[in-house]
Amino acid sequence: MSEPIHHFTAKVPTWSPYVTPVDLATATPEQLKAMKVTPSNTGFSPYVLTLAHDPESLEVRSPLFNLIMYGKDGLSSAERELGAVAASVVNRCVYCAAVHASRFLGITRRTEVIDAIFADERDARLPPRDQALFDFATGLSTTPVEIDPDHAKALTDAGLSELEQLDLVLSAALFGWANRLMHTLGEPLAR
Amino acid sequence: MSNLIETFAGVPPGSKLGEAMKMRAEILRLSEAAHDAVLLPRDPGGLSHALRAALAARMCRHVGNADLAGHYDAYLAHSGDLDVAPLAHPDGRSGEPRLDAVARHADVLTTAPREATRQDIERLKTAGVSEPDIVRLAELAAFVNYQLRVIAGLKILKGVQ
Repeated sequence: MSEPIHHFTAKVPTWSPYVTPVDLATATPEQLKAMKVTPSNTGFSPYVLTLAHDPESLEVRSPLFNLIMYGKDGLSSAERELGAVAASVVNRCVYCAAVHASRFLGITRRTEVIDAIFADERDARLPPRDQALFDFATGLSTTPVEIDPDHAKALTDAGLSELEQLDLVLSAALFGWANRLMHTLGEPLAR
Repeated sequence: MSNLIETFAGVPPGSKLGEAMKMRAEILRLSEAAHDAVLLPRDPGGLSHALRAALAARMCRHVGNADLAGHYDAYLAHSGDLDVAPLAHPDGRSGEPRLDAVARHADVLTTAPREATRQDIERLKTAGVSEPDIVRLAELAAFVNYQLRVIAGLKILKGVQ
């Protein structure tokens, strides 16, 4: 039996739900459609099978997620991943933080950035552009929201265009969504 | 026709940020579809449209967006369901254990998702909330918090343009 993980890590764990996932054998046509089940596509993670309890949300969430995280122009992929990591640290979603830190590292190899964030969370000290992105994304993730005009000005000063700024808002906010599913409906387990 | 994020963020269409939003029109369209999926689902399960509107308004009040709370209050008023109306306010209770457990969990999801544990899910089950409804509730709170944060981010960005 694997142990739950409570510390931040870039080593991606598995995920185990607190509720019973949908059983493919008894899934409704709408659930199968939302999961995009086809004869050649029948392998689904426990996460997708859990979210299939709400097929109407699942069906729209997947394309939205892909557009926000993998759009071609605007903010770089690495910086979208940084926005995702920032939200995941505030919301303490260990699983999301691991997945998106590992993607950030896969693109940039900048382990010192992830090490600083995982060690000091919102107090992490980073190079100026990373700091501006990280502070904006963490401040947007708290309740109530804790961003002010200085946070936005720091993005402009760091050289982010309006489109890049918008993409940062979207990626951080999207992880406010993903974290509230992943962290509250299940837990990360060591592989 | 403008969508909710555009309406409540109020970014001038001719500004640079407004132009950037045009480039993300499909994301904004899908965000609106996600809103409809959690507020007005064809199959609401054990979370009625009125309850969903009340909880969404409650979340907006936690995060401090009175305007968006007003949008969800209007949905609630349209439903005419007086039993769930008190839940639109952060300290409001309905007196019905299942609904109050749902509202309490909506608070955890909004204000302190980092504190959520397996025990929160067990409390919901004990209060009679079904497993599909637990997932539906998480999706509702997750979406409304996303929407609130996109709007909050845009309002700050437009202010420094």
